Amino acid sequence: MRRVVLGPFNRVEGDLEVSLEIDRGRIVAARVNSPLFRGFEQILLGKHPLDALVYAPRVCGICSVSQSVAAAGALRDAIGLVVPRNGELATNLLLASENVADHLTHFYLFFMPDFARDGYADRPWHAALGPRFKAFAGSACRDMLPARAGLLQIMGLLGGKWPHTLSVQPGGVTRAVHPGEKQRLFALLRDFRGWLERYLYGDALEAVVALDSDGALRRWCSGGAPAAADIGAFLELADDLALAEAGRASDRFLSYGSYPVDGTAGYRSGVWGGELLALDQADVAEDCSHAWLHAPARALHPWQGLTEPDVDRDGAYSWCKAPRWRGRVVECGALARQVVDGHPLARALVAQGGGNVRSRVIGRLLEIARSVIAMECWARAIEPGAPFCTQGALPQEARGVGLVEAARGALGHWLVLRKGRIANYQIVAPTTWNFSPRDAAGTPGALEQALCDLQEEDCARRELMVQHIVRSFDPCMVCTVH
Amino acid sequence: MNLLWLQSGGCGGCTMSLLCADSRDLPGLLGGAGIDLLWHPSLSECSLGEAVAVIEDCTAGGTPLDILCVEGSMLTGPDGSGRFHVFGGTGRPMVDWVRALAVHARYTVAVGTCAAFGGITAGGMNPAGAIGLQYDGDQPGGLLGADYRSAAGLPVINVAGCPIHPGWVLETLLSLAGDGLSPNELDTFGRPRFYADALVHHGCSRNEFYEFKASAEKPSDLGCLMEHMGCKGTQAHADCNLRPWNGQGSCTRGGYACISCTEPGFEEPGHPFAETPKVGGIPIGLPTDMPKAWFVALAALSKSATPQRVRANSVADHAVVAPAVRKTGLK
Repeated sequence: MRRVVLGPFNRVEGDLEVSLEIDRGRIVAARVNSPLFRGFEQILLGKHPLDALVYAPRVCGICSVSQSVAAAGALRDAIGLVVPRNGELATNLLLASENVADHLTHFYLFFMPDFARDGYADRPWHAALGPRFKAFAGSACRDMLPARAGLLQIMGLLGGKWPHTLSVQPGGVTRAVHPGEKQRLFALLRDFRGWLERYLYGDALEAVVALDSDGALRRWCSGGAPAAADIGAFLELADDLALAEAGRASDRFLSYGSYPVDGTAGYRSGVWGGELLALDQADVAEDCSHAWLHAPARALHPWQGLTEPDVDRDGAYSWCKAPRWRGRVVECGALARQVVDGHPLARALVAQGGGNVRSRVIGRLLEIARSVIAMECWARAIEPGAPFCTQGALPQEARGVGLVEAARGALGHWLVLRKGRIANYQIVAPTTWNFSPRDAAGTPGALEQALCDLQEEDCARRELMVQHIVRSFDPCMVCTVH
Repeated sequence: MNLLWLQSGGCGGCTMSLLCADSRDLPGLLGGAGIDLLWHPSLSECSLGEAVAVIEDCTAGGTPLDILCVEGSMLTGPDGSGRFHVFGGTGRPMVDWVRALAVHARYTVAVGTCAAFGGITAGGMNPAGAIGLQYDGDQPGGLLGADYRSAAGLPVINVAGCPIHPGWVLETLLSLAGDGLSPNELDTFGRPRFYADALVHHGCSRNEFYEFKASAEKPSDLGCLMEHMGCKGTQAHADCNLRPWNGQGSCTRGGYACISCTEPGFEEPGHPFAETPKVGGIPIGLPTDMPKAWFVALAALSKSATPQRVRANSVADHAVVAPAVRKTGLK
C-alpha cells in the first residue's frame, strides 16, 4: 500500500489536490482536497441584502451568472416577488448562454486535450485527434473560441458583460429587450447553432435530441458526418479506453430543476436513483466533519449553517464541506439534470452503466443541443414593451432560498435577513456536492467513490485515467469552497 | 517570451473573460507575438508533477521568466501563514511561489483587481487576508512590497478590473512582447494608461439622460444611473463605454451602475452598491475634475430644462416617447 498526492490539476476551474491510497495498482481510497478558502459567506455578513448581487457572482468566474441567479432567487424568496414573463425569459437566456458556453469550454479546453497527449500515441485514433484537440494549440480550440465568444455576445446584450453582470435582479432583469435586439438575439443563436451542427455534431440539433438509447446513439454516430464530427471522435476513444467503465460514483442524481417559464421548470427537479423522488430543499444538510472548519455536532441545514475556519483541525483534509441529501451522497451535473428530467438517452445510459466518464460527457453534449433549441424558443417568446422587472420592498426579517442549475450542477444560496442586513448566507455549489470529503459516517464523496477501485498498474496511465475521471465531473473548485 | 500564469484567491473570471477576446484566433495571436505559454491553469496540457516541474524551473532560473501573470488575490491568512491557499500537489502556500517567481520575472502583471489591490476577496472582514501583489487596497505594499521592481525595472503592472476586459490584458501582453511598457505608460496605481486614462462615463449611452439629470429610479429604468442608482462611471477609470464588452455591452448598457471595479477598494464602498450616497440631496461622489458648486448649479439648470421626452423615458424600461421627426432638413 502506498499513498500518492496528485496536484495541481489544471483544466479544472481553480485548484485541486487528490490523495490516493494504492494497493497493487488498485486505488483503494481517495481523498479530495479543495485547497483554496476565500470566505465569501463571512464577507457577506452584515451587508445590505442587495449587495449579495455584487459579491455572489464573484464567487466564480465561470459560473458567475448561475451565482447571480441563485442570489437573486434567494432575495426574491425573501421579498416575495413574482418575476414577469420577459424577466424569466431573459434570465433563462443569460443562464443558458453561460451553461452552454461552459459545456463547450469543458469539452474543448478542459477534457478532450488529455487524449491528445503523447501518452496515447499508440492508440489508433490519436493521429487524427492529436492535432485537433492539442491543448490551446489544436484546431478545435481555435474553432471553438470564436464560437463561444459569439454565443457570449448574448451576455453583452442582455447582461452588459460576462462574467459578473448585475442585470439579474430579484424582480427580473435590468435590461429590457427592444424589437431589433430580439432579432439580434435570434441571429446570434442561429450563428451558434450553425457552428454546433457543423463542428460538434455533424447533424441537426433535433437529430441529437431525438436519440433515445445508447444503441440509437451508436447507430447515428457509426458513419457519415456525425462520426467525423467532434462528438464522433469522443465516442470512438471512449469505447477504446472503456470510459463507460470508469468513474462510477453513487448513482444517485440530484437536480434542482431550471429555466422556469410561467413558473414551470424547463428541466424538472428531483432526485433519481432508479425512480424519481421529489426534491425538498429541507432535505439538504452540510457536514463539516472533515473540513478545516469549526464543526457543529451534526450536519446543519444551510439556514443554520456555519462557515468558520479552523485550520488545525484533526482529521480534516479539505476546505470543502460535505453536503448530503437525506444524509446521502448525490451526484449533480448535466447528466443528473437530463436523467432527472427524463430524457430517454440519459435514462438509458444511467440504467446501463450509471454515472461514468462517458455518460457524463454525453449528458453535457446532449444538453447543449436541448438548451440551444430552448433558447431559440425563449428568444421568440420575448415581448418587447412588456415589463422585464418588478420591484418590491426588502423585509427587515426574512429568510430565502435560491436554487438553480449551474453548468456543473445544483447550486443553492440560503440567506437570512435580520434588521435589514444579511445575518447568514450559505452557498452549496455543484462541486461542493461532487467533490465533498467524507462525512461524519466516513462515507466518501462522489469523486472519492468514483476514483476507488480503479485498477491500473502503469503509473502514467493511472494518472491519466484519474484525470479523466476528475474532469468528467467538470469541477469548479473556486465555487466548491468559495 | 515565456509567460507563466498562476491563479490564487480569485474566481478565474479574468481568464474566462480573456477567452472572450475579439479575435478569430487567440492562440495564434499570442503565438504570433512570440508569447510562449509555459503554463496556464486553464489552458495548458501539462498537469500534476509535470506542471510543478515547469514552475520550479522558473524559480530556479533555469527557464527565463519573461512575463509572470497572477490572477486572484494573494491570501496571507491565517496569521500570515498563507495556508488559505496551499498550491495543490506542492505543500507550499501560493504566496511563497509568487514571491519566489517574482524575483525572476522580467515583467510582473496583476491580472484583475484581486491581484492588483486585493479586490472582492478583501471585502467585509477580509477573512482570508487577501491583498494585492503590490497594493493592499490603495496602500502601496502588498505581497511584494512598494519597492519591488521586476527585472525590467517596472513595478507590478496592474491590469485592474473585475473582471478585466479581454482587450486590456491582450494589449498589455502584446505591448510587453513588442516594445515593452515604460513607467510613464502606467498611471499612479500602476494601471496601463491606454485604458485607465479614460472614464467609464466616456461614451456612455445614457449620455442624454446625464446631461439633463433625468435619472433612473429603479432597476431597468433607462435614465442616468448616477443620481440614485450608485453609478460611479463619472469617476471610475476605464474605457468600458469606448470599447464594448461581449460584442456590444457594458455595465451601464446592461442597465446597472458602474461600481468602479478598476479602483482599489471598490469592494467596500461604504454604502449599498446600488444606492448613491448623498449629503443634502447631492451625490457625494461628483464627476472627476468637476467643482461641486458648478455641478450643483448645472444640475439644477439642466433639470429645469429637461425635455418631456427625456423625463418620460428616464423612468421607463423602453423609450415611450421617440425623438420628434422634423419636416425640414437638419441644420
